[in-house]
Amino acid sequence: MGDADRLAERLSEIRVRYPGSQPEMVADVVHAVLATMSGDLSAQETSLLAEVEALGKTIASAKAEIAALRVDDITDNHIPFATDELDAIVEHTATATNAILNSCETLDDVAGSLTGEPASKLQDATTQIYEACSFQDITGQRITKVVATLKTIETKVAQIVATFGGRSGGNRAPVEAEEAHPEAALLNGPQHPTVAMDQSDIDKLLASFE
Amino acid sequence: MPIDKSMNVLIVDDYKTMLRIIRNLLKQIEFNNVEEATDGAEALAKLRAGNFGLVISDWNMVPMTGLQLLQEVRADARLKATPFIMVTAESKTENVVAAKQAGVSNYIVKPFNAETLRDKIEKVLNHG
Repeated sequence: MGDADRLAERLSEIRVRYPGSQPEMVADVVHAVLATMSGDLSAQETSLLAEVEALGKTIASAKAEIAALRVDDITDNHIPFATDELDAIVEHTATATNAILNSCETLDDVAGSLTGEPASKLQDATTQIYEACSFQDITGQRITKVVATLKTIETKVAQIVATFGGRSGGNRAPVEAEEAHPEAALLNGPQHPTVAMDQSDIDKLLASFE
Repeated sequence: MPIDKSMNVLIVDDYKTMLRIIRNLLKQIEFNNVEEATDGAEALAKLRAGNFGLVISDWNMVPMTGLQLLQEVRADARLKATPFIMVTAESKTENVVAAKQAGVSNYIVKPFNAETLRDKIEKVLNHG
């Protein structure tokens, strides 16, 4: 690509970025600046200077765009709101599960006072309720994983904002690196059912050690 | 051989709901002497102070995990023969292998049902 082509491409980019601007105005400005420097710099140096200037403008533009997006809202409002909501879900499901277990224990006591088929049927029903209530543990662990992911995103966004000149970089307390747990590779929580081993897979694996 | 259901059983989980569920399921199969701990360190202290015939423990707890508890139990001369069942949502092959290498007696993946719990308890207690 020749110089003329590159210039045309840059002017097109400028037209897209600043629809109200006239390329002729830009050309005039560039020409005026270069004219004042004529004799002081070589053509190669002038070209390099223009590239540095363009780079500076690109960075300034990126900073302005990031500021316009109000990225701080993500760390100040959206993520804290989301994590608070998830914490509330865990709290409410725990409360509901405890209420179910209270009733189930009462039914279990009643089953103990019965005999024969009614006692057996009632105990089967309470067993199934106990089994189902373990959802609270599993969902709690899944939500904890989501909260940890959100906190990672929050940290990364704060770093981007600080790097590109957002308002909060200097004021925010530095995020301490998490200390790696010695069993980190083994602490993954519940796996997705489509990929997780079930009890029969685990039984086979254990049997392979015998 | 009949199982002595009067033995002391220690259940360990950081979710109170889960402790309550396991306690009730154990009660339904006539294990009534059940104690609880909410992490590995508390469990180890109870094990060293008491006389337990079975440990049923979660894995993912702080500050001491279920795996660390298992390793401590197997390293303790008085406790090392205690049957130890891991009940956990950690279902990766490497978890099962690590638990087996640490000396776990059996491994139950959450969510589990009462029949699986009863079956694994019978297996580990008859094996011992």
